[in-house]
Amino acid sequence: MSATISKRDYSLVGKDSKYAEEQGLASAQWYACPISRKRLKELMQRKDGPAIRDTLVWFALLGIFGWLGWHFWGTWWCVPAFIVYGVLYCSCSDSRWHECGHRTPFKTTWMNDVVYEMASFMVLRESTPWRWSHTRHHTDTIIVGRDPEIAVPRPPDMPGILLAFFSLKSGPKEYKKVLLHCFGKLTAEETTYIPDSEVKKVFRTARVWGLIYAATIAWAISIHSILPLMLIGLPSFYGAWLLVIFGLTQHAGLAEDVLDHRLNCRTVYMNPVFRFVYWNMNYHVEHHMFPMVPYHALPALHAELKNDMPKPYANLFAAYREIIPAIFRQVKDPAYFVKRELPATVKPISIPVPEPQPTT
Amino acid sequence: MSDWIKACNTTDIEPEDVIRFDHGDLTFCIYRTGDDKFFATDGICTHAKVHLADGFVMDNLIECPKHNGRFDFTTGKAKGAPVCVDLKTYPVKTENGAVFIQI
Repeated sequence: MSATISKRDYSLVGKDSKYAEEQGLASAQWYACPISRKRLKELMQRKDGPAIRDTLVWFALLGIFGWLGWHFWGTWWCVPAFIVYGVLYCSCSDSRWHECGHRTPFKTTWMNDVVYEMASFMVLRESTPWRWSHTRHHTDTIIVGRDPEIAVPRPPDMPGILLAFFSLKSGPKEYKKVLLHCFGKLTAEETTYIPDSEVKKVFRTARVWGLIYAATIAWAISIHSILPLMLIGLPSFYGAWLLVIFGLTQHAGLAEDVLDHRLNCRTVYMNPVFRFVYWNMNYHVEHHMFPMVPYHALPALHAELKNDMPKPYANLFAAYREIIPAIFRQVKDPAYFVKRELPATVKPISIPVPEPQPTT
Repeated sequence: MSDWIKACNTTDIEPEDVIRFDHGDLTFCIYRTGDDKFFATDGICTHAKVHLADGFVMDNLIECPKHNGRFDFTTGKAKGAPVCVDLKTYPVKTENGAVFIQI
Protein backbone atom coordinates (compact mmCIF):
# COMPACT_ATOMS: atom_id res chain seq x y z
CA MET A 1 0.00 0.00 0.00
CA SER A 2 1.25 3.46 -0.79
CA ALA A 3 0.14 6.99 -0.02
CA THR A 4 1.69 10.39 -0.46
CA ILE A 5 3.51 11.33 2.71
CA SER A 6 6.49 13.47 3.49
CA LYS A 7 9.69 12.21 5.05
CA ARG A 8 9.11 11.18 8.64
CA ASP A 9 11.14 12.27 11.65
CA TYR A 10 11.99 9.14 13.65
CA SER A 11 13.67 11.03 16.48
CA LEU A 12 11.89 10.86 19.84
CA VAL A 13 12.24 14.59 20.32
CA GLY A 14 11.22 15.73 16.83
CA LYS A 15 8.09 16.84 14.98
CA ASP A 16 6.59 13.40 14.52
CA SER A 17 6.78 12.76 18.24
CA LYS A 18 4.45 15.70 18.81
CA TYR A 19 2.30 14.59 15.88
CA ALA A 20 1.88 11.10 17.37
CA GLU A 21 0.70 12.61 20.64
CA GLU A 22 -1.75 14.92 18.85
CA GLN A 23 -3.19 12.01 16.88
CA GLY A 24 -3.73 9.88 19.99
CA LEU A 25 -1.14 7.33 18.88
CA ALA A 26 1.02 7.68 21.99
CA SER A 27 0.28 5.33 24.90
CA ALA A 28 -2.90 4.31 23.11
CA GLN A 29 -5.27 1.36 23.49
CA TRP A 30 -4.27 -1.56 21.23
CA TYR A 31 -6.29 -4.33 19.72
CA ALA A 32 -6.18 -7.68 21.52
CA CYS A 33 -7.46 -10.95 20.09
CA PRO A 34 -10.20 -12.53 22.15
CA ILE A 35 -9.04 -15.23 24.56
CA SER A 36 -10.66 -16.43 27.76
CA ARG A 37 -9.17 -15.26 31.04
CA LYS A 38 -8.95 -18.89 32.17
CA ARG A 39 -6.87 -19.95 29.16
CA LEU A 40 -4.67 -16.86 29.29
CA LYS A 41 -3.96 -17.53 32.96
CA GLU A 42 -2.85 -21.05 32.06
CA LEU A 43 -0.53 -19.71 29.39
CA MET A 44 0.91 -17.01 31.63
CA GLN A 45 2.07 -19.49 34.29
CA ARG A 46 5.80 -19.19 34.99
CA LYS A 47 8.23 -22.09 35.29
CA ASP A 48 11.95 -22.26 35.94
CA GLY A 49 12.47 -25.63 34.25
CA PRO A 50 12.45 -24.81 30.51
CA ALA A 51 14.60 -21.70 30.85
CA ILE A 52 17.13 -23.41 33.17
CA ARG A 53 17.42 -26.28 30.69
CA ASP A 54 17.85 -23.93 27.72
CA THR A 55 20.33 -21.73 29.59
CA LEU A 56 22.48 -24.68 30.64
CA VAL A 57 22.51 -25.94 27.04
CA TRP A 58 23.41 -22.44 25.85
CA PHE A 59 26.28 -22.03 28.32
CA ALA A 60 27.56 -25.54 27.55
CA LEU A 61 27.58 -24.81 23.81
CA LEU A 62 29.31 -21.47 24.43
CA GLY A 63 31.97 -23.27 26.48
CA ILE A 64 32.49 -26.01 23.90
CA PHE A 65 32.75 -23.72 20.88
CA GLY A 66 34.81 -21.13 22.77
CA TRP A 67 37.25 -23.87 23.75
CA LEU A 68 37.37 -25.17 20.16
CA GLY A 69 38.11 -21.65 18.89
CA TRP A 70 40.86 -21.27 21.47
CA HIS A 71 42.27 -24.74 20.81
CA PHE A 72 42.37 -24.36 17.02
CA TRP A 73 43.52 -20.72 17.07
CA GLY A 74 46.05 -20.20 14.31
CA THR A 75 44.46 -22.85 12.06
CA TRP A 76 41.49 -22.62 9.71
CA TRP A 77 39.54 -24.88 12.08
CA CYS A 78 39.08 -21.97 14.44
CA VAL A 79 36.93 -20.21 11.80
CA PRO A 80 33.85 -22.49 11.99
CA ALA A 81 34.29 -22.70 15.77
CA PHE A 82 34.18 -18.91 16.14
CA ILE A 83 31.30 -18.58 13.65
CA VAL A 84 29.19 -20.81 15.91
CA TYR A 85 30.59 -19.22 19.08
CA GLY A 86 29.75 -15.75 17.75
CA VAL A 87 26.16 -16.72 16.99
CA LEU A 88 25.77 -18.27 20.44
CA TYR A 89 27.40 -15.25 22.09
CA CYS A 90 25.59 -12.45 20.29
CA SER A 91 22.57 -13.70 18.34
CA CYS A 92 21.42 -16.06 21.11
CA SER A 93 21.89 -13.23 23.59
CA ASP A 94 19.47 -11.07 21.64
CA SER A 95 16.53 -13.31 22.48
CA ARG A 96 17.72 -13.94 26.07
CA TRP A 97 18.11 -10.19 26.55
CA HIS A 98 14.62 -9.68 25.18
CA GLU A 99 12.81 -12.38 27.11
CA CYS A 100 14.57 -11.83 30.42
CA GLY A 101 13.94 -8.09 30.03
CA HIS A 102 10.27 -9.00 30.28
CA ARG A 103 11.13 -11.22 33.31
CA THR A 104 9.00 -14.05 31.96
CA PRO A 105 11.31 -17.00 31.05
CA PHE A 106 12.13 -17.94 34.64
CA LYS A 107 9.68 -17.98 37.52
CA THR A 108 12.51 -16.88 39.83
CA THR A 109 13.06 -13.16 39.40
CA TRP A 110 16.82 -13.09 40.10
CA MET A 111 17.42 -15.69 37.40
CA ASN A 112 15.73 -13.42 34.86
CA ASP A 113 17.82 -10.49 36.04
CA VAL A 114 21.17 -12.34 36.01
CA VAL A 115 20.63 -13.70 32.48
CA TYR A 116 19.37 -10.27 31.38
CA GLU A 117 22.56 -8.54 32.56
CA MET A 118 24.82 -11.16 30.94
CA ALA A 119 22.89 -11.16 27.66
CA SER A 120 22.83 -7.34 27.59
CA PHE A 121 26.63 -7.28 27.76
CA MET A 122 27.04 -9.95 25.10
CA VAL A 123 24.58 -8.43 22.63
CA LEU A 124 26.02 -4.97 23.35
CA ARG A 125 22.91 -3.28 24.69
CA GLU A 126 23.28 -1.47 27.98
CA SER A 127 20.84 -3.15 30.32
CA THR A 128 19.02 -0.21 31.87
CA PRO A 129 18.69 2.16 28.85
CA TRP A 130 17.57 -0.72 26.68
CA ARG A 131 15.06 -1.93 29.26
CA TRP A 132 13.39 1.47 29.08
CA SER A 133 13.79 1.70 25.32
CA HIS A 134 12.06 -1.66 24.98
CA THR A 135 9.32 -0.59 27.37
CA ARG A 136 8.61 2.30 25.02
CA HIS A 137 8.72 -0.09 22.04
CA HIS A 138 5.90 -2.05 23.67
CA THR A 139 3.91 1.06 24.53
CA ASP A 140 4.17 2.59 21.06
CA THR A 141 5.15 -0.20 18.70
CA ILE A 142 6.28 1.28 15.33
CA ILE A 143 4.69 4.64 16.12
CA VAL A 144 6.95 7.16 14.41
CA GLY A 145 8.50 9.63 16.83
CA ARG A 146 7.68 7.42 19.82
CA ASP A 147 9.24 4.01 19.25
CA PRO A 148 13.06 4.06 19.70
CA GLU A 149 13.42 0.56 18.23
CA ILE A 150 12.18 0.98 14.66
CA ALA A 151 14.79 -1.14 12.86
CA VAL A 152 14.02 0.04 9.32
CA PRO A 153 12.91 3.68 9.19
CA ARG A 154 11.65 4.86 5.81
CA PRO A 155 13.30 5.40 3.43
CA PRO A 156 15.45 2.43 4.43
CA ASP A 157 19.15 3.05 4.91
CA MET A 158 20.48 0.18 2.79
CA PRO A 159 24.17 0.56 3.71
CA GLY A 160 23.06 0.82 7.35
CA ILE A 161 21.09 -2.44 7.09
CA LEU A 162 24.14 -4.21 5.63
CA LEU A 163 26.40 -2.79 8.35
CA ALA A 164 23.91 -4.05 10.97
CA PHE A 165 24.78 -7.65 10.09
CA PHE A 166 28.05 -7.08 11.94
CA SER A 167 26.86 -4.32 14.31
CA LEU A 168 29.14 -1.89 12.51
CA LYS A 169 26.65 0.96 12.78
CA SER A 170 24.99 0.32 16.13
CA GLY A 171 28.11 -1.05 17.86
CA PRO A 172 30.27 2.09 17.72
CA LYS A 173 27.22 4.18 18.69
CA GLU A 174 26.65 1.94 21.69
CA TYR A 175 30.29 2.22 22.75
CA LYS A 176 30.01 6.02 22.57
CA LYS A 177 27.00 5.83 24.88
CA VAL A 178 28.83 3.49 27.27
CA LEU A 179 31.66 6.01 27.41
CA LEU A 180 29.20 8.88 27.93
CA HIS A 181 27.52 6.95 30.75
CA CYS A 182 30.89 6.14 32.33
CA PHE A 183 31.32 9.91 32.63
CA GLY A 184 27.86 10.29 34.18
CA LYS A 185 25.88 11.73 31.25
CA LEU A 186 22.79 10.68 29.22
CA THR A 187 21.83 11.55 25.63
CA ALA A 188 18.89 13.91 25.02
CA GLU A 189 16.72 11.03 23.77
CA GLU A 190 17.54 8.84 26.76
CA THR A 191 16.24 11.53 29.09
CA THR A 192 12.80 11.09 27.46
CA TYR A 193 12.41 7.45 28.54
CA ILE A 194 14.81 6.73 31.41
CA PRO A 195 13.37 7.87 34.74
CA ASP A 196 15.60 9.77 37.17
CA SER A 197 15.47 6.92 39.66
CA GLU A 198 17.22 4.61 37.17
CA VAL A 199 20.01 6.93 36.05
CA LYS A 200 22.57 5.90 38.68
CA LYS A 201 22.12 2.28 37.63
CA VAL A 202 22.92 3.27 34.02
CA PHE A 203 26.21 4.87 35.06
CA ARG A 204 27.15 2.01 37.41
CA THR A 205 26.60 -0.69 34.77
CA ALA A 206 28.53 1.29 32.12
CA ARG A 207 31.51 1.47 34.50
CA VAL A 208 31.37 -2.30 35.11
CA TRP A 209 31.36 -2.84 31.34
CA GLY A 210 34.33 -0.48 31.04
CA LEU A 211 36.25 -2.56 33.57
CA ILE A 212 35.47 -5.81 31.74
CA TYR A 213 36.64 -4.37 28.42
CA ALA A 214 39.74 -2.88 30.01
CA ALA A 215 40.62 -6.23 31.62
CA THR A 216 40.10 -8.09 28.32
CA ILE A 217 42.25 -5.63 26.39
CA ALA A 218 44.95 -5.85 29.06
CA TRP A 219 44.84 -9.65 28.79
CA ALA A 220 45.16 -9.42 24.98
CA ILE A 221 48.13 -7.04 25.26
CA SER A 222 49.82 -9.21 27.85
CA ILE A 223 49.72 -12.31 25.62
CA HIS A 224 50.29 -10.35 22.36
CA SER A 225 47.13 -11.82 20.78
CA ILE A 226 43.58 -10.74 19.94
CA LEU A 227 42.34 -14.14 21.06
CA PRO A 228 40.85 -12.84 24.35
CA LEU A 229 38.88 -10.28 22.34
CA MET A 230 37.65 -13.05 20.04
CA LEU A 231 36.03 -14.54 23.15
CA ILE A 232 34.87 -11.33 24.86
CA GLY A 233 33.90 -8.19 22.97
CA LEU A 234 34.36 -8.94 19.27
CA PRO A 235 31.65 -11.66 19.14
CA SER A 236 29.13 -8.83 19.65
CA PHE A 237 30.12 -7.82 16.12
CA TYR A 238 31.03 -10.98 14.19
CA GLY A 239 28.16 -12.96 15.75
CA ALA A 240 25.36 -10.46 15.09
CA TRP A 241 24.34 -11.57 11.60
CA LEU A 242 21.73 -14.16 12.63
CA LEU A 243 20.19 -11.74 15.09
CA VAL A 244 19.61 -9.33 12.20
CA ILE A 245 18.19 -12.03 9.93
CA PHE A 246 15.70 -12.98 12.64
CA GLY A 247 15.10 -9.45 13.89
CA LEU A 248 14.17 -7.93 10.55
CA THR A 249 11.24 -10.32 10.28
CA GLN A 250 9.60 -8.71 13.31
CA HIS A 251 8.39 -5.46 11.75
CA ALA A 252 10.36 -4.50 8.60
CA GLY A 253 8.23 -3.27 5.72
CA LEU A 254 4.97 -3.32 7.70
CA ALA A 255 2.65 -0.47 8.61
CA GLU A 256 3.62 2.43 10.86
CA ASP A 257 1.21 4.30 13.13
CA VAL A 258 -1.36 1.56 13.57
CA LEU A 259 -2.77 0.34 16.88
CA ASP A 260 -3.00 -3.32 15.95
CA HIS A 261 -0.01 -5.62 16.31
CA ARG A 262 -1.44 -7.89 13.62
CA LEU A 263 -0.66 -5.12 11.13
CA ASN A 264 2.86 -4.20 12.25
CA CYS A 265 4.36 -7.51 13.46
CA ARG A 266 5.06 -10.84 11.81
CA THR A 267 4.69 -14.38 13.08
CA VAL A 268 7.07 -16.64 11.15
CA TYR A 269 7.27 -20.40 11.59
CA MET A 270 10.82 -21.61 12.30
CA ASN A 271 12.58 -24.94 12.82
CA PRO A 272 13.45 -26.11 16.36
CA VAL A 273 17.12 -25.02 16.12
CA PHE A 274 16.17 -21.49 15.11
CA ARG A 275 13.47 -21.43 17.78
CA PHE A 276 16.09 -22.39 20.39
CA VAL A 277 18.34 -19.55 19.25
CA TYR A 278 15.42 -17.12 19.01
CA TRP A 279 13.51 -18.39 22.05
CA ASN A 280 10.22 -18.41 20.10
CA MET A 281 10.36 -14.70 19.31
CA ASN A 282 9.23 -15.71 15.84
CA TYR A 283 5.73 -15.65 17.39
CA HIS A 284 6.05 -11.92 17.43
CA VAL A 285 2.45 -10.81 17.01
CA GLU A 286 1.49 -12.99 19.96
CA HIS A 287 4.37 -11.67 22.07
CA HIS A 288 3.44 -8.04 21.49
CA MET A 289 -0.23 -8.65 22.14
CA PHE A 290 0.31 -10.65 25.34
CA PRO A 291 3.83 -9.95 26.65
CA MET A 292 3.05 -11.75 29.92
CA VAL A 293 3.12 -15.13 28.19
CA PRO A 294 6.58 -16.74 28.56
CA TYR A 295 8.50 -17.88 25.48
CA HIS A 296 7.84 -21.57 26.10
CA ALA A 297 4.05 -21.00 25.94
CA LEU A 298 4.04 -18.86 22.79
CA PRO A 299 3.38 -21.77 20.40
CA ALA A 300 0.30 -22.66 22.47
CA LEU A 301 -0.79 -19.01 22.50
CA HIS A 302 -0.37 -18.93 18.73
CA ALA A 303 -2.68 -21.95 18.44
CA GLU A 304 -5.32 -20.11 20.48
CA LEU A 305 -5.16 -16.88 18.48
CA LYS A 306 -4.32 -17.88 14.93
CA ASN A 307 -7.90 -17.75 13.67
CA ASP A 308 -7.96 -14.04 14.48
CA MET A 309 -4.52 -13.39 13.00
CA PRO A 310 -3.18 -12.80 9.51
CA LYS A 311 -1.75 -15.97 7.96
CA PRO A 312 1.67 -16.69 9.50
CA TYR A 313 4.72 -16.97 7.24
CA ALA A 314 5.66 -20.58 6.50
CA ASN A 315 9.37 -20.00 7.07
CA LEU A 316 12.13 -17.37 6.92
CA PHE A 317 12.29 -17.65 3.15
CA ALA A 318 8.59 -16.79 2.85
CA ALA A 319 9.05 -13.79 5.13
CA TYR A 320 12.04 -12.49 3.16
CA ARG A 321 10.20 -12.92 -0.14
CA GLU A 322 8.03 -10.13 1.21
CA ILE A 323 10.56 -8.11 3.21
CA ILE A 324 13.34 -7.67 0.64
CA PRO A 325 11.13 -6.31 -2.19
CA ALA A 326 9.28 -4.12 0.32
CA ILE A 327 12.48 -2.55 1.62
CA PHE A 328 13.82 -1.94 -1.89
CA ARG A 329 10.51 -0.34 -2.86
CA GLN A 330 10.52 1.87 0.25
CA VAL A 331 13.89 3.30 -0.80
CA LYS A 332 12.11 4.93 -3.77
CA ASP A 333 8.65 5.18 -2.24
CA PRO A 334 8.86 5.71 1.55
CA ALA A 335 5.07 5.72 1.79
CA TYR A 336 4.85 2.08 0.69
CA PHE A 337 4.23 -0.63 3.24
CA VAL A 338 2.97 -4.21 3.28
CA LYS A 339 -0.66 -4.35 4.32
CA ARG A 340 -1.38 -7.54 6.22
CA GLU A 341 -4.68 -9.23 5.44
CA LEU A 342 -6.81 -9.64 8.54
CA PRO A 343 -9.40 -12.38 8.90
CA ALA A 344 -12.96 -11.09 8.62
CA THR A 345 -13.56 -11.56 12.34
CA VAL A 346 -12.79 -8.48 14.37
CA LYS A 347 -11.80 -5.16 12.92
CA PRO A 348 -8.60 -3.47 14.11
CA ILE A 349 -8.91 -0.39 16.28
CA SER A 350 -7.24 1.78 13.70
CA ILE A 351 -5.93 1.63 10.17
CA PRO A 352 -2.79 3.35 8.86
CA VAL A 353 -3.02 7.09 9.22
CA PRO A 354 -3.53 8.57 5.73
CA GLU A 355 -3.40 12.24 6.72
CA PRO A 356 -0.48 14.43 5.62
CA GLN A 357 2.51 14.06 7.89
CA PRO A 358 4.77 16.78 9.28
CA THR A 359 7.25 17.92 6.67
CA THR A 360 10.98 18.11 7.20
CA MET B 1 -14.88 9.72 56.93
CA SER B 2 -14.03 6.91 54.51
CA ASP B 3 -16.80 4.62 53.33
CA TRP B 4 -16.87 0.86 53.04
CA ILE B 5 -18.08 0.01 49.55
CA LYS B 6 -19.15 -3.42 48.39
CA ALA B 7 -16.83 -4.35 45.52
CA CYS B 8 -17.89 -7.90 44.67
CA ASN B 9 -18.72 -11.30 46.09
CA THR B 10 -15.86 -13.47 47.28
CA THR B 11 -16.79 -16.07 44.67
CA ASP B 12 -16.48 -13.55 41.85
CA ILE B 13 -12.70 -13.89 42.00
CA GLU B 14 -10.83 -17.11 41.30
CA PRO B 15 -8.10 -18.02 43.79
CA GLU B 16 -4.82 -16.31 42.84
CA ASP B 17 -6.53 -13.86 40.52
CA VAL B 18 -7.75 -10.30 40.22
CA ILE B 19 -10.84 -8.48 38.99
CA ARG B 20 -11.57 -4.88 38.14
CA PHE B 21 -13.98 -2.82 40.23
CA ASP B 22 -15.14 0.62 39.07
CA HIS B 23 -16.75 3.07 41.47
CA GLY B 24 -17.72 6.48 40.12
CA ASP B 25 -14.68 7.85 38.34
CA LEU B 26 -12.35 5.51 40.19
CA THR B 27 -11.11 2.10 39.18
CA PHE B 28 -9.68 -0.53 41.52
CA CYS B 29 -8.25 -4.03 41.52
CA ILE B 30 -9.57 -6.61 43.96
CA TYR B 31 -7.25 -9.57 44.53
CA ARG B 32 -7.79 -13.01 45.97
CA THR B 33 -4.71 -14.95 47.03
CA GLY B 34 -4.26 -18.69 46.83
CA ASP B 35 -5.11 -18.95 50.54
CA ASP B 36 -8.32 -16.89 50.21
CA LYS B 37 -7.13 -13.51 51.46
CA PHE B 38 -8.46 -10.40 49.77
CA PHE B 39 -6.65 -7.15 48.92
CA ALA B 40 -7.41 -3.98 46.98
CA THR B 41 -5.28 -1.46 45.11
CA ASP B 42 -5.69 1.29 42.58
CA GLY B 43 -6.66 -0.21 39.24
CA ILE B 44 -4.23 1.61 36.96
CA CYS B 45 -0.50 0.91 36.79
CA THR B 46 1.62 3.79 38.11
CA HIS B 47 3.91 3.49 35.08
CA ALA B 48 1.43 3.64 32.18
CA LYS B 49 -2.30 3.95 31.69
CA VAL B 50 -3.01 0.25 31.83
CA HIS B 51 -5.64 -1.65 33.83
CA LEU B 52 -3.81 -4.04 36.11
CA ALA B 53 -6.87 -6.29 36.27
CA ASP B 54 -5.82 -7.66 32.87
CA GLY B 55 -2.51 -8.68 34.41
CA PHE B 56 -1.14 -11.81 36.00
CA VAL B 57 -1.26 -12.70 39.71
CA MET B 58 1.68 -14.72 40.97
CA ASP B 59 1.90 -15.26 44.73
CA ASN B 60 1.56 -11.71 46.16
CA LEU B 61 2.55 -10.00 42.92
CA ILE B 62 0.45 -8.41 40.20
CA GLU B 63 2.20 -8.11 36.85
CA CYS B 64 1.13 -5.36 34.48
CA PRO B 65 -0.17 -6.78 31.17
CA LYS B 66 1.62 -4.20 29.04
CA HIS B 67 5.19 -3.88 30.33
CA ASN B 68 5.52 -6.66 32.91
CA GLY B 69 6.03 -4.21 35.77
CA ARG B 70 5.30 -5.84 39.12
CA PHE B 71 3.76 -4.69 42.39
CA ASP B 72 3.30 -6.46 45.69
CA PHE B 73 -0.45 -5.98 45.93
CA THR B 74 -0.45 -6.64 49.68
CA THR B 75 1.69 -3.53 50.27
CA GLY B 76 1.51 -1.67 46.94
CA LYS B 77 5.32 -1.75 46.72
CA ALA B 78 6.76 -1.41 43.21
CA LYS B 79 9.07 -4.35 42.58
CA GLY B 80 11.46 -2.97 39.98
CA ALA B 81 11.61 -1.46 36.50
CA PRO B 82 9.63 -0.40 34.63
CA VAL B 83 7.50 0.46 37.66
CA CYS B 84 9.14 2.87 40.09
CA VAL B 85 6.14 4.39 41.94
CA ASP B 86 4.22 2.36 44.52
CA LEU B 87 0.56 1.48 44.05
CA LYS B 88 -2.03 2.81 46.48
CA THR B 89 -3.66 0.09 48.59
CA TYR B 90 -7.04 0.10 50.36
CA PRO B 91 -8.35 -1.69 53.45
CA VAL B 92 -10.49 -4.71 52.66
CA LYS B 93 -12.95 -6.77 54.69
CA THR B 94 -15.25 -9.66 53.86
CA GLU B 95 -18.74 -10.09 55.34
CA ASN B 96 -21.35 -12.67 54.45
CA GLY B 97 -19.57 -13.64 51.24
CA ALA B 98 -19.07 -10.06 50.06
CA VAL B 99 -15.83 -8.08 49.65
CA PHE B 100 -15.83 -4.47 50.88
CA ILE B 101 -13.10 -1.90 50.33
CA GLN B 102 -12.64 1.31 52.27
CA ILE B 103 -12.29 4.26 49.92
